[in-house]
Amino acid sequence: MEFLKDLFRFLMQRKKWWLIPLIIFLLIIGILLVFGSGSALAPFIYTLF
Amino acid sequence: MALKILGISAFYHDSAAALIEDGYVIAAAQEERFTRRKHDAGFPSHAIRFCLEYSGLGLENLDAIVFYDKPFLKLERLLETYYAFAPKGVSSFVNAIPVWLKEKMFLKDLIRKELKKLGDWHPERTKLLFPEHHLSHAASAFYASPFSKAVVVTVDGVGEWATASVCLGDGNKITILHELRFPHSLGLFYSAFTYYLGFRVNSGEYKVMGLAPYGRKDAESTRKYTDIILNQLIHLYDDGSVWLNQTYFSYATGLRMVPDAKWEKLFGFPRRKPEELIEQHHCDLALAMQQVTEEAMLRMTRFAYHSVSDGEARKNLCLAGGVALNCVANGKIWEQGLFEKIFIQPAAGDAGGAVGAALAGHYIYFNQPRQLSDSADRMNGAFLGPEPEEKEILKVIRKYGAVAHHFPDDRSLLAETASLLAKGKVTGWVQGRMEFGPRALGNRSILADPRIPDMQKVLNLKIKFREGFRPFAPAVCAEDASSVFDPPLVSPYMLLVGTVKKEYRFSLPENYTDLPLFERLYIPRSPWPAITHVDYSARIQTVHRETNPLFYALLREFKYQTGCPVLVNTSFNVRGQPIVCSPEDAYICFMATGMDALVINRHLFLKEEQTEKDKNKFSITTQPD
Repeated sequence: MEFLKDLFRFLMQRKKWWLIPLIIFLLIIGILLVFGSGSALAPFIYTLF
Repeated sequence: MALKILGISAFYHDSAAALIEDGYVIAAAQEERFTRRKHDAGFPSHAIRFCLEYSGLGLENLDAIVFYDKPFLKLERLLETYYAFAPKGVSSFVNAIPVWLKEKMFLKDLIRKELKKLGDWHPERTKLLFPEHHLSHAASAFYASPFSKAVVVTVDGVGEWATASVCLGDGNKITILHELRFPHSLGLFYSAFTYYLGFRVNSGEYKVMGLAPYGRKDAESTRKYTDIILNQLIHLYDDGSVWLNQTYFSYATGLRMVPDAKWEKLFGFPRRKPEELIEQHHCDLALAMQQVTEEAMLRMTRFAYHSVSDGEARKNLCLAGGVALNCVANGKIWEQGLFEKIFIQPAAGDAGGAVGAALAGHYIYFNQPRQLSDSADRMNGAFLGPEPEEKEILKVIRKYGAVAHHFPDDRSLLAETASLLAKGKVTGWVQGRMEFGPRALGNRSILADPRIPDMQKVLNLKIKFREGFRPFAPAVCAEDASSVFDPPLVSPYMLLVGTVKKEYRFSLPENYTDLPLFERLYIPRSPWPAITHVDYSARIQTVHRETNPLFYALLREFKYQTGCPVLVNTSFNVRGQPIVCSPEDAYICFMATGMDALVINRHLFLKEEQTEKDKNKFSITTQPD
């Protein structure tokens, strides 16, 4: 939670709102990478790259 | 009450910790010295533990813990770079992002978790701060300097966005005046050539600097390489900033520094593979690139000088960042004569960021006044690490059945050590607190007589197990320096290059330029061939009685016995290994190499007296570095 707060504060300060979709995308990929390795999700990840 | 602040640099290369109290650096060390992994990038738990133990503090006593850069800003740079270069860079993205997602993005939590392992820590009392990377470098140079006002220049590969900065230091304030931003970077430019010439990035840059003097200044190939560099790779502006043609660099999105095939087409030879034979064209390219780097540094410092109107500040220059370890460029800046005094942070690379981060916390975040009482800097001669304890030495003697002589006083120890050196014995010298930064300055050093013609060969090949072309540095008492070297300079941290005075230079044989590379190397150029590089240059260390009285006294004694005011001083390690830290590290290194003698505190170990059985027990792994 603190991480999200810090991130929000950082984006506010830098006025880099356009990075939000990129970060969300990154987090989704991250979740897929962390939970997807060796699972049914793995082929989905490979097709993304 | 005096503020106590811990500075940390970690997770990229050269992790380190530093502890400051009331603005004074009390302790600082690099993690590699404890873990024995060169350039260790891990969280510096051992270094932090040492800093706390040395200062008698616990984490709960600290007012702040300061990390040396801003992780979110770095992430911003990473994302914007991938976005700008997309669809290029997918493979680099796939490699980099999991690391970010697993730890670097959550650095605050990671630091807290690691600190918890080291002791009680109260986040509500102890602030966790994150200054910018280049501010940490600037702080490491300015706040540690003896100047109340100064021009500050920082140059490295990259921090968050900045790759170089020009600042004004005034009292307890640092104002950033100009910044150069990623992907345009003098440090990365240098690293690209380090890679192409077959050395390791973030490690082998100083080898390229040492290789450059073997290049031929007036040769057609050097001129050609210089033209290619200036016309195709880099645009050098009057203010010292650079623009790098990204067509020829791949570090922004790739897994390599440069596209090998394109560079091969440009320079006409393939990338030198690590450990491959060094040929003349490699040296010529190193020289061409080093000269461009020097020109950029000269322009940048000139621009910095003119950016500041305060006459007092313009007298002094502070330098930090990895490129500030380029002592040849530093020597040229000094020769330029713009500044009356120069202070270069001895740990100019990322390790020094730990000191800078802590000092930035003290002076900027806590807004503490800066009082300068004397002309000395705040780095204590860089002697900020652990010191050998008697019980540790006795333990080594017992553990390895070592034969040692104990001397009752410094005078007899110095007389015997100087006499051994004068007989050509290569001697390990371990005294007092370990140095902070990449240079050994007389406390974790290997010493030798520079007059012996084949000493450079012996040291490189039989003791340090490293490339034969590498030069060695001279240590000389500050008062004697100007009688041997030009120009007159103060270089306590071995970060300025000068030349052997003209009257001592030997003339070279007529067929010198026709000789093969390594034959040229072994032609004596002065009465001190081991420390005189092929261009008569020397990376000078001036030794001062105030900061290292014992080493100073040893140099005096050696001069008294031999008439020679200079000693070879090289770091106490072998290739690919960190400099020794403990008496045990030193003894193992001594036994595993061709060193003749070892002195730790007042204990002298002679190789010939150690038993044959023992000698075979020791082996040390050298690694490409």
